[in-house]
Amino acid sequence: MKTVELRTPLDDDQISNLESGDKVFLSGEIYTGRDAAHKRLVKLIEDGKELPFDLKGAVIYYVGPAPSRPGQIMNSAGPTTSYRMDTFTPLLLKNGLKGTIGKGPRSMQVRESMVKNKGVYFAAVGGAAAGIAFSVKQAEVIAYEDLGPEAIRRLIVERMPLFVVNDIKGNDLFEAGVAEYRREE
Amino acid sequence: MREIDVTSIIKAVKDLSISTNIYLGDDVKNALRKALEKEESSLGREILQVILENHEISEREKMPICQDTGVAIVFLEVGQEVHFTGGALEDAINEGVRQGYAEGYLRKSIVADPVLKRKNTTDNTPAIIYTRIVPGDKVRIQFAPKGGGAENMSEVRMMTAAQGIEGVKDFVVDRVSRSGGNPCPPIVVGVGIGGSFERCAMLAKEALFRTIGEPNPDPEFNEVENELLRRINNLGIGPQGLGGRTTALAVHIKTVPCHIASMPVAVNIQCHVSRHGETII
Repeated sequence: MKTVELRTPLDDDQISNLESGDKVFLSGEIYTGRDAAHKRLVKLIEDGKELPFDLKGAVIYYVGPAPSRPGQIMNSAGPTTSYRMDTFTPLLLKNGLKGTIGKGPRSMQVRESMVKNKGVYFAAVGGAAAGIAFSVKQAEVIAYEDLGPEAIRRLIVERMPLFVVNDIKGNDLFEAGVAEYRREE
Repeated sequence: MREIDVTSIIKAVKDLSISTNIYLGDDVKNALRKALEKEESSLGREILQVILENHEISEREKMPICQDTGVAIVFLEVGQEVHFTGGALEDAINEGVRQGYAEGYLRKSIVADPVLKRKNTTDNTPAIIYTRIVPGDKVRIQFAPKGGGAENMSEVRMMTAAQGIEGVKDFVVDRVSRSGGNPCPPIVVGVGIGGSFERCAMLAKEALFRTIGEPNPDPEFNEVENELLRRINNLGIGPQGLGGRTTALAVHIKTVPCHIASMPVAVNIQCHVSRHGETII
């Protein structure tokens, strides 16, 4: 396990260097998206239409932030539970998505898709949302404003603290962690 | 008869919406601090520290602890001597939620149609309101912003008397085990036993309001709670599900009588941001 400074967009070399359990400080441009936005993104891909942002090397953060106060860049913005995006993620990975950020484990299909397409899944600390907001230096809604908190935002983040959960070798930090601390009764 | 103008209800609900989302109870904070002392996983300790630091940040910056500021759950106890004036009681509660979530810059997380359109109501209404008429001339408002992630890991099961207390325990442990890291552990586990299909679910939610560290008034169920907490923490799920000793901070059981044919059991999962507050008018 190591600590890695990472900057988006991510390429295969950066991704290959990451291992499950690594601590990452992520900087650069990332995009927010959760249930409703994913449904629309996948529909666009299926219809052969252009997406509101370039998926190549992109990182999607599963978050619906609290609304910002006047003058505030970002209000509380912690991760939401990732499994709800599992049905959509393989198609996005196939189309160039390199990283996702959320909380909770991913399905086997998503994990296999990450191995195949060279992608990683990062965990942020769920419920630590006020602290995470200070990693965000710029934010703007770029699509689906009608979805309110579920709109797609482009964020510029600086040293956002994350853990690598799934790497391209198929490792999973949830499985490994629980196996280490489980006590049979 | 005591007259209460509903504007005081609006104000109380508005204030509770904001305060419960920013300030966490000392019982939860203390339980997390104790967990940090005992946690064996270094990653688990790091996560617990981040969670504790986040409380300081949210209080200092007046930002919500979690971006999921929840669906507004309201338990009302209305004294039967009370007469409300100035409007409808439920409208007042929803107005309080509307004002609190707007002025507090809290997230609006409610969709009007749960399946087809899923269009955001944009003001976090309607609240989920449970009202009981009780003796007296006071109104007690208990308020809890309930996040979606942990709520999704909850379950009701219609069990049988033959399955008994061992069946209940296995169900609770299994429910937590299957939830893994999804509900943002360390969690609080509310268990409702008895009543009917819907009553046990409400009991499980009511159980989450109990102060952490306060024992179950029934010594036998207190024992069951202790055993369940031990078994759950032996699952190894740990903070955020990434492995460790601290999967749950507490297990709270509430029971009521039920039909001779039934043993309804509900498990309501609460994330570590265990928010609730109350006002008595």
